[in-house]
Amino acid sequence: VCLNIPGFTLCLKRSVLAPVSLRPPPEKAQSALIGQCFWVFRICPPPALYGGRHTVTLIPGDGIGPELANHVCELFRFCCVPVDFEVVNVDSSMDSEEDINNAIMAIRRNGVALKGNIETNHNLPPSYKSRNNLLRTTLDLYANVMHCQSLPGVRTRHRNIDVMIIRENTEGEYSSLEHESVPGVVECLKIITKTKSLRIADYAFRTARAKGRGRVTAVHKANIMKLGDGLFLECCKEVASGYPDITFDSMIVDNTTMQLVSRPQQFDVMVMPNLYGNVVSNVCAGLVGGPGLVPGANYGEDYAVFETGTRNTGKSIANQNTANPTAMLLASCLLLDHLRLHAYARMIRRAILSTVTETRLHTADLGGQGSTSEVVRSVMKAVQSTGPLTLSI
Amino acid sequence: YVSFLWSYTKKCVIIILSLNVMFLYSASQIQTVTLIPGDGIGPEISTAVMEIFDAAKAPIQWEERNVTAIQGPGGKWMIPPDAKESMDRNKIGLKGPLKTPIAAGHPSMNLLLRKTFDLYANVRPCVSIEGYKTPYTDVDLVTIRENTEGEYSGIEHLIVDGVVQSIKLITEQASQRIAEYAFEYARNNQRASVTAVHKANIMRMSDGLFLRKCREAAEKHKDVKFTEMYLDTVCLNMVQDPTQFDVLVMPNLYGDILSDLCAGLIGGLGVTPSGNIGANGVAIFESVHGTAPDIAGKDMANPTALLLSAVMMLRHMGLHGHAKKIETACFDIIRDKKVLTKDLGGNSKCSEFTKAICQRVRDLD
Repeated sequence: VCLNIPGFTLCLKRSVLAPVSLRPPPEKAQSALIGQCFWVFRICPPPALYGGRHTVTLIPGDGIGPELANHVCELFRFCCVPVDFEVVNVDSSMDSEEDINNAIMAIRRNGVALKGNIETNHNLPPSYKSRNNLLRTTLDLYANVMHCQSLPGVRTRHRNIDVMIIRENTEGEYSSLEHESVPGVVECLKIITKTKSLRIADYAFRTARAKGRGRVTAVHKANIMKLGDGLFLECCKEVASGYPDITFDSMIVDNTTMQLVSRPQQFDVMVMPNLYGNVVSNVCAGLVGGPGLVPGANYGEDYAVFETGTRNTGKSIANQNTANPTAMLLASCLLLDHLRLHAYARMIRRAILSTVTETRLHTADLGGQGSTSEVVRSVMKAVQSTGPLTLSI
Repeated sequence: YVSFLWSYTKKCVIIILSLNVMFLYSASQIQTVTLIPGDGIGPEISTAVMEIFDAAKAPIQWEERNVTAIQGPGGKWMIPPDAKESMDRNKIGLKGPLKTPIAAGHPSMNLLLRKTFDLYANVRPCVSIEGYKTPYTDVDLVTIRENTEGEYSGIEHLIVDGVVQSIKLITEQASQRIAEYAFEYARNNQRASVTAVHKANIMRMSDGLFLRKCREAAEKHKDVKFTEMYLDTVCLNMVQDPTQFDVLVMPNLYGDILSDLCAGLIGGLGVTPSGNIGANGVAIFESVHGTAPDIAGKDMANPTALLLSAVMMLRHMGLHGHAKKIETACFDIIRDKKVLTKDLGGNSKCSEFTKAICQRVRDLD
């Protein structure tokens, strides 16, 4: 079993040992000093091409992905956003990895992407790895950031939630390293490394500082997985010592979920390994109104990919014009922010939020009767009425 | 004279035999249960439960045992032999909260009990308690969690400095056992559907194996509806609409997180019952909250969790009448809101709460 992490090439056999080489980290300005580790964390967005237009890879995915991708293109065209989409289709029913490799190459070329969720077919053999996971690990998109906020117009059981979830995106339980040593006994490896834990912890604290947040909570299960999550927790504590202005505490994952359903207002920024991140981010998304409202962003050192926060394919509601486009549209706003097109991002975000909170045009998942196209048209109307002069539809 | 003597003897034998049968019949009605009071608030809530069972005239005889680990021959930690012998004999146990001292050197007591009796299924029914307000009403689901393997196998290695590997073990036998148990439980408790919770899109082989076994068990129990759902979808839907779930079956880690999530929906660990079912008919029912050393001995504890676990135990033993009576009394007292312990929002003592329930049980008779 070979493990390829940038910086390490490791072969795991029954007996341990054999790290091959450690690539010396690049020296650039803006580095965080953690022990003897110099890493660069500022992600530079790709520059605009000739004409001031950006090219962004668009992966429609499955289920409701294609229709939402169309709406994003429509909205961008309407708002005259200087972004061109390079569409790459990934066929989830095919066994070969050609499609996903094309997509990865396109993202390497363009630097940013907007993606729908690609379905994982269970009927294919276990060697068929999840395409989404493959994309994330190959491009080393190590941080998944999801900002869950209660919106005024959406009726939920809890109010005033404002949680930022930062989840390690490439290792942990999603390492896809499994083997059947004896027929009927399957082992799945969960890998936690110090480098990646330090990296994600530092990302969390820097983001907390940049957004003016005062508290970071590490979520773990170190009472049971003493070495694995113990290492993660230690790394978080080490990084926390370098940020004295931010309070750091930790909580066990089952207690966290219990607290989230009773008193979610107590959480601020949460950082955690991969699987717990999956659970906690879905719980928080459910608490603020559902999968149709929250966008998610995956950041790596060189690339950024934006998608809906909860990564659902929405197979059951595909092509029925009932999906909630808010999450995908807000993800496209995050994309615009990343490309430093802040004015466009602000304009579109304001229009989307006014549709959800003021006009209260809600789709079925929020208890309303609007269709996807009605919501998008309402967003366009809001842009037209508040933004700079545009051509009428 | 001989014939008279013979008929007289026959009558005597018949009377003696029938007396014996009556004695045996009433004696077999009383079942002995091993009671492990535990630490902290354990003894007070155990006493409360015994009082309530007394008032309800439940045919239960309690045998108290201590399970503090002792080091057996060869240095292996084990539970005291009299406790083990009692459990093996009685098959049913009720356990209060146990404390795991940090520097004691012995592993978690719960882990030890689980290993000793092969308690493979952890069952947690989560039902909304009328009278204890949470943002979620109408919760009525059961989480069944595989208790022996999965992510909690405890197999971890330091590969190189800075790289740690944790092994998640899924075996065919354990998955089959838990899947079968889940469907049996659904059938015995008139539950309509069983949902398998997994992450087979990422962990293709391990959760794939678990899912396969659940599908096979579903084939054998066609009267119970079977669905499968990803862990993240379950979490998402659970906090939006918990009424869509019935029985959930899942491997160890997901079970830990989801069962605590569901406990949070109904009000926390202080009101949640839990049962551990093992091989050979052994079952230990427990309260899952902590030992609360800060309120131990002050008559402030809330016995609801242990009481509801004891009710679960009665149902497991087939004593549905008594179970219903005690459960109704407990819920009535909580709904009335006149006598409530501090954590439920009142300021009565544990003994007052217990007395109120005992009175209600007697009234229901």
